[in-house]
Amino acid sequence: MKIKVQARRLCREFNVKNDRGGKDTLSVLDSFDLDILEGEFFSILGPSGCGKSTFLNILAGLDDFDRGEILVDQEPLKKRSFDRGMVFQSYALLPWRTVLENLEVGLEIRNINRRGRREIARHYLEMVGLSNFANQYPHQLSGGMRQRVAIARVLAYRPNLLLMDEPFAALDAQTRELMQIELLRIWEADKKTIIFVTHSIDEAILLSDRVAIMTARTGRIKEIIDIDIPRPRTEEIRGSIDFARIRQNAWGLLKEEVQKVNALLPGGLMTA
Amino acid sequence: MNFLRASAANLNDIFTRGMGLFLFLILWEAAPRLGWVRQTFMSPPSAVFRAIYLLAYRGELFRHFAISLQRIMLGLLLSVAVGVVFGLFIGYFRGVERRLDLLFQAFRQMSAFALFPVFILLFGLSELSKTIIIFWASLWPVLLNTSNGVKNVDKVLIQSAKSMGASRAFIFRRIILPAAAPEIFTGVRLGGGCCVMAVVAAEMIGANSGLGYLVLYSQETFNIPEMYAGIICLAILGLGLNYALYSMELFFTSWKQEIRIGE
Repeated sequence: MKIKVQARRLCREFNVKNDRGGKDTLSVLDSFDLDILEGEFFSILGPSGCGKSTFLNILAGLDDFDRGEILVDQEPLKKRSFDRGMVFQSYALLPWRTVLENLEVGLEIRNINRRGRREIARHYLEMVGLSNFANQYPHQLSGGMRQRVAIARVLAYRPNLLLMDEPFAALDAQTRELMQIELLRIWEADKKTIIFVTHSIDEAILLSDRVAIMTARTGRIKEIIDIDIPRPRTEEIRGSIDFARIRQNAWGLLKEEVQKVNALLPGGLMTA
Repeated sequence: MNFLRASAANLNDIFTRGMGLFLFLILWEAAPRLGWVRQTFMSPPSAVFRAIYLLAYRGELFRHFAISLQRIMLGLLLSVAVGVVFGLFIGYFRGVERRLDLLFQAFRQMSAFALFPVFILLFGLSELSKTIIIFWASLWPVLLNTSNGVKNVDKVLIQSAKSMGASRAFIFRRIILPAAAPEIFTGVRLGGGCCVMAVVAAEMIGANSGLGYLVLYSQETFNIPEMYAGIICLAILGLGLNYALYSMELFFTSWKQEIRIGE
């Protein structure tokens, strides 16, 4: 299978102030290697601060890296590109635009004419089941609906790499489960490459072809788990033995890393 | 019936809101008439309104009003043009903002009235020095609000546009400008208020027209009802300008208002 994204010896450092007022270098990613396949649903799990969002931001062209290289479709990563789409935890909808106008943003950037934009936007709005809300403003919608608008907005300009940074983290538990199934349904339709960052093991297993577990800072890939549960998947698989087995394995790997993070905190939480 | 009830509610609303003003007018009318204060120094509103009527009848009121309004509009237009352009620039470039912020905060605190003698020295007792004092007074709220508005644009909105491949020009025009618009309009409205104050000072020195001139001249010639007439007209001018700017703000930032009500 073709490799979509290839990260080699990637390093990212930040300058931070230390307690004595001097400057320290905080290494967030160090010798980070990762291959992601074309058409794959790939999730990244890791303890807080491990650099998974940093990696996503670099891929989206929102952050720089200090050393190493990233290839997308065998070419060096471009800072500005029309082929990527990012979905944020906080939706990032423009509050002064209606739902339909929000869907048009990416198309406007691509200089698609007004009529074409309208047509495409309506199509994708229907895809996420929000046709009746075309002329509402974002603040009039619930969190789940806002995130559906944000996803439709990205899909509308047909990027071939989707980046999702904890897109469902701000939603309530029930809405979150519904959104996961909805995302699966949308993804099954054209199987674009998705890189999905999350804190939820269940979410990662339900959605992904492969799940990467990252180490505590400095972030590296600790292990990649193949999720060999057949597709199309439904909610029922949450209760299956396979799911439980994978979950157990993933949590075992992740737990060590979370404990490392907590041990660094004053009065560390877990000592078991 | 519905119509009647609605207009009754309206009437009730007007009565409630106008209560303070109404009681104040009664008190003002009573004080000089009952001899609590000397009528020579405080004309009752009935005399003041008569003076307003006579001034309007002679055409003087319109002349003073128009020239004051013209000076305000000229100063405000200038400060909006300069303040918005520089404010956008300063807010957009973080480094520039850090270097200039202290200077601008100091300028903002520097009273336009204190600087008026300086402007007179430099530009004489001309329309130019009047325009400049009004410009100065209203520039800072416009400029600082604009740069604040740009600075406070939600970062994730910019990141989102960037991830879609937006150019710098697109981000500036379609994200930053509309996101900062509410604060820019607030700045313009504050600036408008400053203009009304500054125009009075400008017209009290070396002017022969305008409402500020009318107030001072009436006082000097001991035409006390006309002095109060000028003061009231200034208040009306200020109210009207504020209302006009506020309506403009509502029109351009209606989405923001709804959020305020909705949340």
